[in-house]
Amino acid sequence: MLHGPARPSGPDPASGYKTRLGVAMFIVYCVVYAGFVLTSVVAEGRAMQVIVVAGLNLAVVYGFGLIVFALLLALVYNHLCTRKERELNVTPGDKGAGA
Amino acid sequence: MNLHGTPLSIIIFALFVATVLFLSFFFARKAKSAAGYYAAGGQIHWAVNGISFAGDYLSAASFLGICGMIATLGYDGFLYSIGYLAGWVVALFVVAEPMKRMGKFTFTDALDAKFDSRGIKLAAAISTLVVSICYLIPQMNGAGSLVEPLLGLPHWVGVILVGAIVIVIVSAAGMTSTTYVQFLKGGLLLIFSTILVGFVLTRGLSTEPLGLDGGAPGGEMTVQATESQLQEQGYALRHTTGSLQKYDRDGTTTWWKREADGTLWRAQWSSGDQVNGVVGGVLEPVGRLRRIGGLSEAEAAAGTGPVGPLAFLAHLTHPDTRVEQWQKQAVTDEKDAKYTVYSPKTVSGTDEMKPGVKFKVHTTTEKLNFVSLMLALFFGTAALPHILIRYYTVPSPACARKSTIVAIASIGFFYVLTLFMGLGAAVNGTVNPADNNMSAPLLAMSFGGVLFAIISAIAFATVLGTVAGLIVAASGAVAHDLMDRFGRMELTDRQKVRAGKLAAFAVGIVAIVLGIVFRGINVSFLVGWAFAVAASANLPAILMLLFWKRTTAAGIVASIIVGIVSSLGIILTGPEMFAGPYGLTAEQAWHPLGQPGIISIPLSFLALIVVSLVTKNRRVAVEA
Repeated sequence: MLHGPARPSGPDPASGYKTRLGVAMFIVYCVVYAGFVLTSVVAEGRAMQVIVVAGLNLAVVYGFGLIVFALLLALVYNHLCTRKERELNVTPGDKGAGA
Repeated sequence: MNLHGTPLSIIIFALFVATVLFLSFFFARKAKSAAGYYAAGGQIHWAVNGISFAGDYLSAASFLGICGMIATLGYDGFLYSIGYLAGWVVALFVVAEPMKRMGKFTFTDALDAKFDSRGIKLAAAISTLVVSICYLIPQMNGAGSLVEPLLGLPHWVGVILVGAIVIVIVSAAGMTSTTYVQFLKGGLLLIFSTILVGFVLTRGLSTEPLGLDGGAPGGEMTVQATESQLQEQGYALRHTTGSLQKYDRDGTTTWWKREADGTLWRAQWSSGDQVNGVVGGVLEPVGRLRRIGGLSEAEAAAGTGPVGPLAFLAHLTHPDTRVEQWQKQAVTDEKDAKYTVYSPKTVSGTDEMKPGVKFKVHTTTEKLNFVSLMLALFFGTAALPHILIRYYTVPSPACARKSTIVAIASIGFFYVLTLFMGLGAAVNGTVNPADNNMSAPLLAMSFGGVLFAIISAIAFATVLGTVAGLIVAASGAVAHDLMDRFGRMELTDRQKVRAGKLAAFAVGIVAIVLGIVFRGINVSFLVGWAFAVAASANLPAILMLLFWKRTTAAGIVASIIVGIVSSLGIILTGPEMFAGPYGLTAEQAWHPLGQPGIISIPLSFLALIVVSLVTKNRRVAVEA
């Protein structure tokens, strides 16, 4: 557990790629999230009460889906970013001191 | 509901506080520098930081507020879970790595990295303080609610206790001790929430819940009758207001709620120092299933027994299911005496498990309010100063990214659990009709004193962890942004730490006072406003700084100021404030909008764009 001075990060040649990828994934999630909000609003949200699977309605399935989808996108994002960092030989202090 | 602390709950609580204080003093020796105090030296492992994010973020609003709202309003409370989690997507994809690259100690550092502008330092520091205080109020309020049943102490004592402990934590070792307190709290919260949900599913669903102490909620009271039955029992109708009816018997007042089929359901009431006709009395815990859909009559009478998570939700969603939802109304009787009546309403499983009880979407205004809330929750997370400063505690941008993913996994899992805990409280007779914030701990109490003591101690830890993060953020804004950088006091490293500790003490005192003043408001609702202010004041500036090259320092300052003023202005002149703290009616409000995000976020963007274009030449001069 080290708590010395904060150290500045070095240059990151993968940052451009990560920014573009992040923005693309952000837009994808925005669209899915906006779909949830609009489905709740349009026609007084009646679509949300439709049973879609295993006795669960759209509200529950869509809500859980948004949570799971966020995690899936996050894992894909991290995988692609890590691969690009390795490809460009980025070693910006990737390992934190053990806690 | 008369709850007193048991020796066990006091022991567990004391053990937890002792552990937290030990950690703080242990790390105090290791955090002498400004970097150590404000950013834990930038040396926290990303996995630890990820769980600490959860500990920081999963506040009283998440644990107490959301569970309470689901317990009393059904699915509408879960909307907060969805929105809060979705906000982490913005944090991960857009904000995490750039914030780490540009900042040092505070969110202001990152905003100001390109400009070195005193205006940005001042505006961003003020924004940090405003958002932190908006966020602190419900946390402290939640602490008071918890201490009442846990230790049998008054609400204000709980608020002071939390304030004092957090001031010690933060003053001892700043972000270092705060990180490990949040890590401990985040881990415990996840583990014991999972255990609590396991108990709920193992018990299953029943129309005869056990309540808190093995007796059905409502105690010995008759809970359902027809008008003629009441008259046979000697009740005399005295007054009718809407669907509420007041009956007296032998000088005792009772209130009943009439349903469309003519059935009367027993309500509870308070008036002055009387509760349900007893001076100094207490409200009975409420919340039950009146019918379980998808089961035959015989099966329903026996209850489901242990049930899987999907089957649990499917039964509650079934159109034939009937659930009690409790409402609070201020009424007057035939003698103009004032009462607060807590009455049950029967709703179908269909209505319980879809949006629309609190956040109605019939009129245009209601739709705007709903969209506005979801917008603020989505864009607010990545703009909360106490969350953003956690990006400085890890060594690299890659670690910032990885810790955010750990946060998404742990926070997402917790939010799934909130639906089960909230609904569990709603159908197990463990909801305090006057204060739904205690629904999750009271649900734990229905499984025994040990689980209640542990869950309450964790809930208390939940408040400690978040309040510590907020006070670190606020003290950084005062000592680092305002005193050192804006005020150009040129503090030495040691003076910066000292200033941070003094600022933490001052902010802690302010938090204590506000926590006592704002007693009893649903904590998640208040945090929703903090998100709206953060999303309006901070996020446009962060996004435009990262993605629009024409952004100027003046544009950022304008964006922050317009964001704060417009969001707070809309909240303070809106129906929630008029019907609540102002003691007036919602109709007297200046406008019908309860949630400001849909107006204030675009306004903040617009201000930044217009002012940046007008001050374009100054941007060139600075960059040159």
